[in-house]
Amino acid sequence: MTMAEPRLIDPDRRKFLLKSLVLGCSAAASPLITPVSFASAPWDNRLVVIILRGAMDGLDLLRPVEDPLLAGYRPDMQTDGQVPLAAGFALHPALASLQPMWQDGELAFAHAVSTPYRDKRSHFDGQDLLEAGHQTMHDYASTGRSGWLNRMLTLVPGATARTAFSVGQEDMVLLNGTAPISSWAPGQGLSMSDQGLELLQMMYEDDPLFHAAASDAIALTSMQSGSAGAGMADGDGEMMDMGEAIAAANQGRRAKELAGFAATQLNADSRIAAFSIGGFDTHRAQNRALPRALTQLAQALISLKDTLGVNWDSTAVLCLTEFGRTVRQNGTQGTDHGTGGAMIMAGGAVRGGTIYGHWPGLTEAELYQGRDLLPTMDVRGFAGHAMQDLFGFTRGDLERIIFPGLDLSDGQKFIL
Amino acid sequence: MTVSPATISAVRFGYGFRADEHTPADAVGLLDRLAQADETPLNIAPWNLVRSQSELRTARLLLRDRRNGKDGADAAYKKQVKKSRSQGVVVAKSVFGRAIYGRDGFRERLVMFWRDHFTTEAKVAVNFAYAGDYIDGAIRPNITGRFSDLLRAAITHPAMLAYLDQTMSAGTDSRRAKSGKGGLNENLARELLELHTLGVDGAYGQADVRQLAQLMAGMRFVHNGLEMHPGMAQPGSKSVLGREYSGAQPSLDDVFAFLDDVALHPDTARHLARKLVVHFITDTPDQRHIDYVCEHYLATAGDLMETYSALLDHPSAWMDFGQKVKQPFDLIVSGMRALDLAQAVLEGADRRAMRRYLLGPMLVMGQEFLRPGGPDGWPEEAAAWITPQGLAGRVQWATDAAQSFGADRDPRGFLATALADAAGPGLRFAVSGAASRQDALTLILASPEFNRR
Repeated sequence: MTMAEPRLIDPDRRKFLLKSLVLGCSAAASPLITPVSFASAPWDNRLVVIILRGAMDGLDLLRPVEDPLLAGYRPDMQTDGQVPLAAGFALHPALASLQPMWQDGELAFAHAVSTPYRDKRSHFDGQDLLEAGHQTMHDYASTGRSGWLNRMLTLVPGATARTAFSVGQEDMVLLNGTAPISSWAPGQGLSMSDQGLELLQMMYEDDPLFHAAASDAIALTSMQSGSAGAGMADGDGEMMDMGEAIAAANQGRRAKELAGFAATQLNADSRIAAFSIGGFDTHRAQNRALPRALTQLAQALISLKDTLGVNWDSTAVLCLTEFGRTVRQNGTQGTDHGTGGAMIMAGGAVRGGTIYGHWPGLTEAELYQGRDLLPTMDVRGFAGHAMQDLFGFTRGDLERIIFPGLDLSDGQKFIL
Repeated sequence: MTVSPATISAVRFGYGFRADEHTPADAVGLLDRLAQADETPLNIAPWNLVRSQSELRTARLLLRDRRNGKDGADAAYKKQVKKSRSQGVVVAKSVFGRAIYGRDGFRERLVMFWRDHFTTEAKVAVNFAYAGDYIDGAIRPNITGRFSDLLRAAITHPAMLAYLDQTMSAGTDSRRAKSGKGGLNENLARELLELHTLGVDGAYGQADVRQLAQLMAGMRFVHNGLEMHPGMAQPGSKSVLGREYSGAQPSLDDVFAFLDDVALHPDTARHLARKLVVHFITDTPDQRHIDYVCEHYLATAGDLMETYSALLDHPSAWMDFGQKVKQPFDLIVSGMRALDLAQAVLEGADRRAMRRYLLGPMLVMGQEFLRPGGPDGWPEEAAAWITPQGLAGRVQWATDAAQSFGADRDPRGFLATALADAAGPGLRFAVSGAASRQDALTLILASPEFNRR
């Protein structure tokens, strides 16, 4: 594994920079190929956004255990091992490993929250709206389809392409937009022999676009946590199975790896990272399916904390999902698409040990359309407060540019 | 770099070289071939419209049974969804197959260009049923006629009506809206003006979007075809882009009349001309070339063959090889052509093999097969694809493809087959210096020359 030798990178990058000065060509000027930045980051605080894809069941995550109606709605709920939290709520057993975080005040929740998305309950639209941060799909589509984290970056004077990192193979709407960002799927490597790789670099020297991207790719490969350079094989060219890797990514089995890589970037020049965990669409056998997804989530949070080290103290993690699920379980021991759900906040910067939000109750009349948990606050309000308190954005920027149409009071403060 | 017209023809206007395949070396040759009958023999057939409709009807009935709590309905519905979803793989094989084995590369490229221009995605799994017919029934047969016919076929196809939420749209004064059971949805109207015709800089405003949505309200696809649902249609006259559409009763004819009008709007001509030049030739187009294509389009009332003729019949079409980067689909197709993947192998591939060799690598390079994630389709600019992640995906694919399909190939011969005179001195040097056949083939497939066109 000698691929990460710095001698391969530094002189080449200097050459690239010189070339792009001489050529002044449009490709070299593109923000998308900004090489690894050595500029200092605009702030010390860090924000991680994890999108929980498939609509996480907030009611199973954070159970209102003192409500006598719960057992009627959810006769098959597995209560062994659930963790009593506060004020009549208990945490799903699969998140028991997060109990120390809760006790240390580094873990919090907001219950009965949602985006403004209503009624059609489509994953596709729901996730787009969650990541767009707009009031309606119409606003999203008619304003250039950017994500709220990217719009936030456009307001940061010192931001570079390294300030925000999209981690994983998915293209995240959250970070789409005009501000340059970085993206990388850890585990990916360049499986060539060392000599082949040198020839590759040499071959790319005459093409600034390819050269810059390859140099960055090699640098990123060397920064991967855990088995550094996983996927980079020696001369025998052994490959990971691409299909397997994608299936794994889709099922969130690599969440821990994504989190570790994100934390490594946040320890360097990045201050914002986003990735996804899937597997929350639990239409059947929820007692089997949900623990799998939640375990991934718990491992990701623990991996973030462990890898961030002292930087965990200045970090807030927001875990958001497109909508909640039906209050009643369905005929296949699962739940269907609903409305109000829950969000999870973690990190040393979070005022933890608290369940935020307003609990709407579970009587028939208190449910949304007689079937879903009634959303009483907007997840964007919480995310807005996080950005205000971590990075100092004004209310005007938050309500007009980052989350157009949001009333910030439709969320609560939770940053220390 | 200066390369021969034959190379430009095969690589820029097709899917690259394939051994023993003849490619016309000039505009006349490309157009002559495109004017002939469309024949791409392939033993893979996705569902046609009739079949799609019938499968979806079955799914709807099972869904109703499931809602009514009928025994076994849940399992039966899931099975039906799975059946629809399996069309995803069939469509992928058919699309790859046509691109790899089609002898008319320019036609295949145009099919994908227009498919992307009129992007649709299945928002719910059962709608995978439409994916094949959308390409083979709506797009493919209409790419050499008039743009107005292509526009009508794409906009009124159930895949599009479902994707852009037209199916449920009811006029604000319709019976449906008045009874409180629905209302207007502007999605299709907006994208039709912004993406499919006038372009975002075109001469239209929110009022036009709204009026067009009213004009199209009630247009939906039912089992016996396209209809204007009387209870959902907006009564009265509608004014779009300064023209009144006011048949005695709301009707599809008014919608068709609008589509014919907007197809010939100068802003549509400009938008389409620009997209064609940018897609095929360069990310930074010569305005004179765009104007030239635009003028031909308008002078021939949107005749697409004439439009392509103007695209090809301009000096910049044959100059400056390598300005565009191949999108991941195009890269893999051209790789499979150069490596001469046997047709039977593709036709026999199962879901896992498709994912392993074609769909998975595309995803890693940043392109989920036929799912650009929005109705605006895939980005064109080279820098959107050659990111650290995207390029690492390309190199990894090159390694894998060389290993899996390169077998006993001689690198020098392969270089000649794959790139002819487009291989530059840097690549030739790298190939001659490679320690193994595997490395040499990988370098060729990963080279800027092979990734550009």
